[in-house]
Amino acid sequence: MTTRIFGSGIRRREDPRLITGQATYTDDVNLPGMVYAAILRSPHAHARIRSINTDAAKSAPGVLAVYTGADTEGVLNAIPCAWVVPDSDVKAVPYPAIATDTVRYTGDAVAAVVAESRYQAEDALELINVDYEILPANVHAESAMNEGTPQLHEDAPNNQAFHWVAAGGDTDSAFASAEVVVTDTIIQQRLIPNAMEPRSAVASYLSSMGELTIWNTTQNPHIARFVTSLVTGVPEHKIRVIAPEVGGGFGAKIPVYPWEMITAFCSMKLGRPVKWTETRSENYQSSIHGRDHVQTVEIAGTREGKITGIRSVVHAGMGAYLSTAGPGIPTILHGLMYSGPYDIPNIKADVYGVFTNTTPVDAYRGAGRPEATFLVERMVDLLANELNLDPVEIRRRNLIPKFEDGFDISLGLTYDSGDYQGALDKVLEHVNYEDLRRQQAQSRGQVTGNGHHDHGHDHGHDHGHDHGHGHDDQPSATKELIGIGVTTYCEICGIGPSQVAGAVGFGGGLWESAIIRFYATGKVNVFVGTSPHGQGEETTFAQIVSDELGVPVDDVEVIHGDTDNTPMGWGTYGSRTTVISGAAVALSSRKIKDKAIGLAAHLLEAAEEDIEYEDGKFFVRGSPDRSQSIQDIALMANVAWNMPAGMEPGLEASSFYDTPNFTFPFGAHVAVVTVDVDNGHIVLQRYAAVDDCGNQINPMIVEGQVHGGVVQGAGQALWEGAVYDEDGQLLTGSMLDYALPKAHLLPDIETLSTVTPSPHNPLGVKGIGETGTIASTITIYNAVIDALKPFGITRLEMPLTPEKVWQAIQQSGKP
Amino acid sequence: MAKIPIQVTVNGQTHQAEVEPRTLLVHFLREDLGLTGTKIGCDTSQCGACVVMMNGSTVKSCTCLAVQADGAEVTTIEGVADQGNLHPIQEAFWDNHGLQCGYCTAGMIMTSVELLQRNPNPTAEQVRAGLEGNLCRCTGYQNIVKSVLAAAERMGG
Ligand code: FES
Ligand code: FES
Repeated sequence: MTTRIFGSGIRRREDPRLITGQATYTDDVNLPGMVYAAILRSPHAHARIRSINTDAAKSAPGVLAVYTGADTEGVLNAIPCAWVVPDSDVKAVPYPAIATDTVRYTGDAVAAVVAESRYQAEDALELINVDYEILPANVHAESAMNEGTPQLHEDAPNNQAFHWVAAGGDTDSAFASAEVVVTDTIIQQRLIPNAMEPRSAVASYLSSMGELTIWNTTQNPHIARFVTSLVTGVPEHKIRVIAPEVGGGFGAKIPVYPWEMITAFCSMKLGRPVKWTETRSENYQSSIHGRDHVQTVEIAGTREGKITGIRSVVHAGMGAYLSTAGPGIPTILHGLMYSGPYDIPNIKADVYGVFTNTTPVDAYRGAGRPEATFLVERMVDLLANELNLDPVEIRRRNLIPKFEDGFDISLGLTYDSGDYQGALDKVLEHVNYEDLRRQQAQSRGQVTGNGHHDHGHDHGHDHGHDHGHGHDDQPSATKELIGIGVTTYCEICGIGPSQVAGAVGFGGGLWESAIIRFYATGKVNVFVGTSPHGQGEETTFAQIVSDELGVPVDDVEVIHGDTDNTPMGWGTYGSRTTVISGAAVALSSRKIKDKAIGLAAHLLEAAEEDIEYEDGKFFVRGSPDRSQSIQDIALMANVAWNMPAGMEPGLEASSFYDTPNFTFPFGAHVAVVTVDVDNGHIVLQRYAAVDDCGNQINPMIVEGQVHGGVVQGAGQALWEGAVYDEDGQLLTGSMLDYALPKAHLLPDIETLSTVTPSPHNPLGVKGIGETGTIASTITIYNAVIDALKPFGITRLEMPLTPEKVWQAIQQSGKP
Repeated sequence: MAKIPIQVTVNGQTHQAEVEPRTLLVHFLREDLGLTGTKIGCDTSQCGACVVMMNGSTVKSCTCLAVQADGAEVTTIEGVADQGNLHPIQEAFWDNHGLQCGYCTAGMIMTSVELLQRNPNPTAEQVRAGLEGNLCRCTGYQNIVKSVLAAAERMGG
């Protein structure tokens, strides 16, 4: 038998079009008669619109139309929030496509221009005159609910968007009787997702047929069609959404935005195809942001380092309106993850969603789970610090022991399978943890002028060291402190049963479907409703079919992204595509096999029970030379010249897969940093990741997901952050001002894995798209704080810029 | 706006056109010539998605006017493969999973072409430094660096 295709790191079949410039992204779509839309956005974070004068713009060269909120009001319905979390008093405030009387953030649309060319449309924006009455703005999640803070929405008193509580066990008594309690305030700064492809839409309305086609950079074309129907009033079956090549999403292309609805509106009004593509600076204002939490957290434990409780009060900034999935992120996807890989009996998450005059916040890679993992892993380190325990030791004392089929945590979730200890052991061995601690002790000795002492592994005692010697006389090479961060994590993935989706207020299902169709030539198309955009499922899904049915992988082509030729699916996010949609592909393959066995039995004149299958061949047990290949079967099924009685022609199968539970990937990561005590400069020296996503279909793609994820998380720890001034102006308003990770700032990520299959998934897979981001921010953060331990520093705000580090060192009073 | 005549040779083919003086080279390539392989990822010259070769060296085509390309030879991603045979750098990106969503890829490959012309045998660090003007949000750069190193080896650097 040849190497199994399932599990092989074969190169991706989507690449040839991408490396030659032949792929078609939305902005590459050009239609006959197409014109261009540009959107005028509010320059103020909060203002009343007194009047708008569009006369000059309307008569500018090439301009076909200028629309304001007066034109769209009553024609376009409000943009709906699709995740109204129950029992939390969600204020689903109206979110008009174009503002009518009030603007609430600097991305709010005020008018749209349609012109013959892109340049003409943008020229005309400058000719629109808007008279604003500027109102005071509220930009901080933390203070948004305070008295006297400017109010955004009449229907949301105190700017409270929702209040959600999750609890397991009895946190009150756990904290009342705790031997040790440690408290911290954690700020999850606001991030800008930065998919390299900006948002874009091309809308074409055929008035004679009442049909609307939209090319849209979306992660979920079927959801986009559903919501487009609600907003435009065009019936769902008359809408076709095409997500052609999509240049990354990271959550920012889940929501349905006003902008593509405006584009559709323009096409419907003018009867011409209309293209809208945002600039990057526009993207920073008007595509969703991520994170933005202020968390007050407490952890309770015994003196032996057993965690007995964790609780938080979180203020989560939602921005000016509730984006598509906004409320679900800091609640369901965050608060329910506080147990991490540990057995923590008492947990409470108390989350306030608040409105601020900022860009709406929604899912950004990891979506809620990085915020939860950060919170848990930070508090565990702080508890270790308090108890003078090594960060590894405290984790060992709390990890859930290995389990293969189900573990109930106090918050009510049932984890599927895990070997957290195994992952931790593997990463520690890989990095040679003890040796790293020795090197660290050495660096501390040098920097503090204390010589090359080996302080052992229990670095909790370092506080007492003599920092009295100035280090100015040390050679500069010795002024670097080493920091080591160790994290064990477990995350919720593969979202995830539709029944649960309904119970938690998600306005849709979360199943996936797949159709597999064999042609007479033995070639195969797989049609899926999900919509990968860089994750490589055109390759991995072909591997699944090839593995299940023995067709050469190159004979399988995977079709996705067009609602007209794919079956329903809820989209690519939450590391769910391979888990849920891949399972649907596997189930359809198995249905094909069942039918093929029936047909083979007929053709081989044997009983079905006597037919065996191996490597794409169906044969009579005991006589492998009497066989039919899957291609023979496909040909016969398609021509249907000789079918068994009652069997339908064709070799095609369709499956709908709804998972019985989430999946829970996990792992252990280690970061090693150096911090230059003279200037606060941090270098990420090493990053090692052991991730367990269950069975791996294509390890090369798995590794690629981890690389990208880890680097995105590193971005949050070290460089990235969206900053508003007090007036609600986005100071980090372009790529010039927002620091993204660059190649020369990073080491190679050392990727390793363990394999613990998910017991309930037909392929045993768990999902890998977000693990890197979920774990790396806190791992790197903990490493930096660990490096700064000789200075007694226990917290810093992200991003950890050299300036902040240097200031903290100066203020520590420890030279 | 008055238009200015220009003549630009792109991927070996000479084009005469009239453009507004403010037309960016990237818009000229994408919209006038229909060569959409070159991408636009920003409006501040940071991302490098738009990198093309002009007269033998790389330029960010979003930061160059079409009129500045008058008389120039331009190579875009569509012109990198040699009569349907992938360039070794393209091949290396494919083999080493040097791309995910592919949006940065044209710029990465064009930048790598120049990088390996200047330094046929770079270290990983030199490759990383050479990619400073190109952003990728998907790959974490690791497999891009690996691809460039593999291409260098393949090209006999
Ligand atoms: S488009 Fe970003 S540098 Fe040119
Ligand atoms: S592959 Fe997506 S931005 Fe580089």
